[in-house]
Amino acid sequence: MSGSFTMPRVIDVAQARRESGPVQREVVFEVQGLTVNYGRATTAVSDVDLEIYRNLITAVIGPSGCGKSTFIRCLNRMNDLVPGAKIEGRILYHGDDLYASGVDPVEVRRRIGMVFQKANPFPKSIYDNVAWGPRVLGMKKNVDERVENALRSAALWEEVKDRLKKNALSLSGGQQQRLCIARAIAIEPEVLLLDEPASALDPIATSAIEDLMHELKRDYTLVIVTHNMQQAARVADLTAFFSLEVDDHRRTGVLVEYDATDKIFTNPSDKRTEDYVTGRFG
Amino acid sequence: MSRYSRRRLVNRAMEGIATVAALVAVAVLVIVVVSVTLRGAGALSWDFFTKPQALFGQPGGGIANALIGTILLVALATAIALPVGVLTAIYLTEFAPRRLAVPIQIVIDVLAGLPTIVIGIFVYALLVIGHTQSGLAGAIALAIIMLPLVARATQEVLLLVPSTLREASLALGVRRWRTVLGVILPSSVGGILTGTVLAVARAAGETAPLLFTSSIFANTVQTDITKALPNIPVLIFTYSEQADPALHEQAWAAALVLIAFVLLASLAAKALLARSRRKLNP
Repeated sequence: MSGSFTMPRVIDVAQARRESGPVQREVVFEVQGLTVNYGRATTAVSDVDLEIYRNLITAVIGPSGCGKSTFIRCLNRMNDLVPGAKIEGRILYHGDDLYASGVDPVEVRRRIGMVFQKANPFPKSIYDNVAWGPRVLGMKKNVDERVENALRSAALWEEVKDRLKKNALSLSGGQQQRLCIARAIAIEPEVLLLDEPASALDPIATSAIEDLMHELKRDYTLVIVTHNMQQAARVADLTAFFSLEVDDHRRTGVLVEYDATDKIFTNPSDKRTEDYVTGRFG
Repeated sequence: MSRYSRRRLVNRAMEGIATVAALVAVAVLVIVVVSVTLRGAGALSWDFFTKPQALFGQPGGGIANALIGTILLVALATAIALPVGVLTAIYLTEFAPRRLAVPIQIVIDVLAGLPTIVIGIFVYALLVIGHTQSGLAGAIALAIIMLPLVARATQEVLLLVPSTLREASLALGVRRWRTVLGVILPSSVGGILTGTVLAVARAAGETAPLLFTSSIFANTVQTDITKALPNIPVLIFTYSEQADPALHEQAWAAALVLIAFVLLASLAAKALLARSRRKLNP
């Protein structure tokens, strides 16, 4: 169990961010002893324990190959699609094990949305990109309104409202990524997982996505994987630092430290975290 | 001679040989088209397309009955092969576990290489012996020839659909089948049509299976698929065995019609493919 990451520390975060009074944060994910193997040879992450709290942004940082993408993909069972991926340990979502038998991964993904590294809009119109998910999932009432709200929440409405019928692939990279966010929130998930959402974008588009994340935090719980430390420092309330342990030519991703973002970047408890955030490796 | 100039000469010689080989391939098609046109064009007329075959020994007549019969046979064969072929391809690329996909793939490749006369005799033994020749039997034989072509072509375009689109859809909590229907098939319709058109062109000219299943036909228009349907390939075959030079000319003209159809179908297929490529990367 993740004994070291208890409530008081999160309340510190709340106070650091000048929220009034001690705030009791609800735990959304409780990850216990998560180990993921690909085939027999590769252990992507080993024995990860952490908790993710409601309406906070949790960043996952670390060098390439440390398993941060693998970790986030476990949270909505996207790793089920990878042949040979084997998951041990437990991930409790509001107390229920996501990997228990009888849990339908499709239902999990329905509630826990995901935005990918490379913007992947469907080759359909802008409108249909957002409307398709709700339609297929049976949310057929007020689709127009739902599309508008999703596009507004993704700060894209003003830019596309006059060309909703245009092909989504005609948008710029940054717009496409915001469209993917709109598509993900149109089905009203509770959690939004972002796997390096800005790594392929220019600084202006990146900053638009970051502003958006601050807005989305009010309604959603966000988990973001990023290789950009400044980005984590700018957007995240909590930061988890993953690293690679090389032992006998076997590379394993491990969670080194998980704490308030300010603490990770100014006063980390682990030497490896300090080396990473000060740019000595990675 | 220096090494340098020897290499240059070898290079030139090989380039020359390859160019000649390519020219030979083009020349074969040109010679076939030109000679068929020269021999058959004289018999082409309005009557040739609108009148059925002349009674034995009578002058004139056309190929209307064979034209209609071939259209029916190919339409029926397409109606069988297209859904089965497309669903087979969908199963192989989207659903099948590897250990099943590989053997099924081999079976389809073997089916594609099966001599058409073998397919003809198989359908003959199964559906004609004990019954009579019928358009249905002919269409089934043609469908067996088309099936692997459609399946292969579909599989290739399905593999062209980026896996990021599958991920995007699955991450919305959409079932795999709805993903196929809503995202993957719309992106690959053009390619599937291309493969189908090429398979139709191939089936329209197949003779061997029809000799067994749909070759004893009257010289009138026949639309009952439980009876042998007149068709162009068998008409060409029988006319070319006759003594009457007028019938020889008609056989050439019918061949010209077939070639024109195949050429047009190939061009249409190219245009369709270009269109679907544009749709995925505008």
